Amino acid sequence: MDIIILLFLSSGLFLGWSLGANDAANVFGTAVGTRMVQFTTAALVCSIFVVLGAVFSGSGAAHTLGKLGSVNAIAGSFVAASSAALTVYWMTRFGLPVSTSQSIVGAIIGWNIFSGSITDSNALIKILSTWVACPLLAGLIAAPLYQLTRRVLKSAQFHLLRLDAYTRVALIFAGAFGSYSLGANNIANVMGVFVPVSPFTDFDLGGFMTFTGIQQLFLIGAIAIGVGVFTYSKKVMLTVGDGLMPMSPVAAWVVVIAHSIVLFLFASEGLENLLASAGLPTIPLVPVSSSQAVVGAVVGIGLLKGGKNINWNVLGKISTGWVTTPIISALLCFFTLFFMQNVFNQQVYKAVNYSLMPVAMDRLVNMGLPAEDLKDLEGKSFANASAFRAAVLERTLLSKSQETNVLRSAEIFYTRITPGKLNNIDRQWLGEERAKILDGLSGKSFMYKWQLSDEISRQSDQWKLHDQTTINKVYNKQINSRLDYVYRTFADVDRP
Amino acid sequence: MSKNLALFRKTRIVENQIDDFLDCITESGLIFLRAIKIYLENGACEDFDAATKQADDIETRGDGLRRIIEAQLYEQTLIPDLRADVLRLLEDLDNLINITQANCYRFAIESPDIPLEFHKEFLHLTETVIACVDAVVMATRAFFRNIEAVRDHISKVMFYETEADKISSKLKVMAFSSDLPKVEKIHLRYFIERIDELANEAEDIADALAIFTIKRSI
Repeated sequence: MDIIILLFLSSGLFLGWSLGANDAANVFGTAVGTRMVQFTTAALVCSIFVVLGAVFSGSGAAHTLGKLGSVNAIAGSFVAASSAALTVYWMTRFGLPVSTSQSIVGAIIGWNIFSGSITDSNALIKILSTWVACPLLAGLIAAPLYQLTRRVLKSAQFHLLRLDAYTRVALIFAGAFGSYSLGANNIANVMGVFVPVSPFTDFDLGGFMTFTGIQQLFLIGAIAIGVGVFTYSKKVMLTVGDGLMPMSPVAAWVVVIAHSIVLFLFASEGLENLLASAGLPTIPLVPVSSSQAVVGAVVGIGLLKGGKNINWNVLGKISTGWVTTPIISALLCFFTLFFMQNVFNQQVYKAVNYSLMPVAMDRLVNMGLPAEDLKDLEGKSFANASAFRAAVLERTLLSKSQETNVLRSAEIFYTRITPGKLNNIDRQWLGEERAKILDGLSGKSFMYKWQLSDEISRQSDQWKLHDQTTINKVYNKQINSRLDYVYRTFADVDRP
Repeated sequence: MSKNLALFRKTRIVENQIDDFLDCITESGLIFLRAIKIYLENGACEDFDAATKQADDIETRGDGLRRIIEAQLYEQTLIPDLRADVLRLLEDLDNLINITQANCYRFAIESPDIPLEFHKEFLHLTETVIACVDAVVMATRAFFRNIEAVRDHISKVMFYETEADKISSKLKVMAFSSDLPKVEKIHLRYFIERIDELANEAEDIADALAIFTIKRSI
């Protein structure tokens, strides 16, 4: 691997390290702090399960971050990750509550503003609402779980020592689940901004599974988290007990389980698929704050006990963190990008041009969009999405979905289907029929992504997206991920 | 996993040792009661010496068990959050055995003269303090296994301690209003207080236990 790429990845690794150093304490802090579980056991279990969670379930939350903004140059990803890491570092130094999730979202928005990309307001609202929902949900899960645990223990009447032994085992299992959820949910914070520029390529693992480039990226990030756990988290774990309120090991177990369930809910694609296939509303897959889930759970239990011991200032500080962290991180990212681009002469984003060529105008007409109003934009080229959108909105009034369709229709993305690339595609994953359709397009070039997708879905139903209903969500997601793969693979990098 | 299985096995052993230790306290109480009955009937006779020897053996056994339990709790870092409380509890409970043993020796060495009219109340006092000790042992067992029941046993401890205080006061009044020589009065008072000491100690343990119980409830 190019040394410069490794250098750029280092900011993500630093972010991973600090996540491991701090957030592992949310999972194993009380267990280690109260000496119920040895630090080495906790660190080992934590590291293994963080890696498993990140590699096997990490892509869901990363996908949502990707929707918010797709950082498309590795120097830009480096700046975004370092801005987020520095924000976390500074705010922690000043004793302000901070979350990696909020920090990285701010950094991505900073990149979007700098590069002229549009921040997807739907994705942003989705993310912001989960930040509020995360501690609330943790509290709502912790309170009844606490009651239930109390009842079970009351009726079971374990000897104090037996209860102690059971609690130790339960804390290890809860910690493993917590670490898995932490890896699955928060790897997006660490490596999410590197996904679109991942330098890794997919490879086959003995024919039974494909180890994707993204999984390799997540593995490296998760290892950085593991290093953070082993090198620095002990200190945090041993002091975490003094923080919020003193807790018995059993109450600590309830808190870890509630925290883990929340992180898992916001990360599990499996659960999303299950809910979607049953026609039920799905839970958005978003990186949330592990610390805030813990605070929510503790407050939930505190309220159940009458709310006397709750330090309401902590809650106030959390709410301010939702606002201040992303703003600081966004500003820092914006100005650092400026320096990186103008002082160090690095490409921090690849310009995505927008242009309404005649073929795109036809598409607008076919979609029932007001193409007439945009007639004078035909053939004109815009350097980024913001400039194009401003020009469009000057001329016509569009709904949110119409605006998205116009932007998609005008986004330039050159692809060329070449025999060389066709030889290297993952035919098994794509499906033979889908791959054959691509074979048939050998030698053809496309200017827009939609041209390629229209062409292949015209030739085969296997490439067609179904109606956007909950039940079709899983299927459409699979097709979309294959389409993304096709765009990535056949991108014509020689064209501007 | 094998480490966890070993933990469960060791835990069970310590649980049994704690139960054995608590049995020692109950047993030492019963031996003390028997010793007092023998003393009141026959003075420091052979049977009384046998009872004192038994109390001595139990004290040694109790001490041994306590040391083993304490060592296990530390070595295996069991119940880290409540270990200090449990260790204090065990030490205090062990003190109850020490008091019964020491009292047996006092009777054997000092052979106090207890006039016949005092016998009934002396026995009553001993039965009450032993009931008090029993109640604190029950409270301790409940602390380990059934936390909800601790309160009930603690209230019994309080009741018996108050009863013991009343009886000992009554006995002291009886002693000092009698025609006995001053020195015998003081000697009697000393033995009344030594027996009553068991109930006072049990009450102190119950008070501490009430606090430990609050800490133990999750």
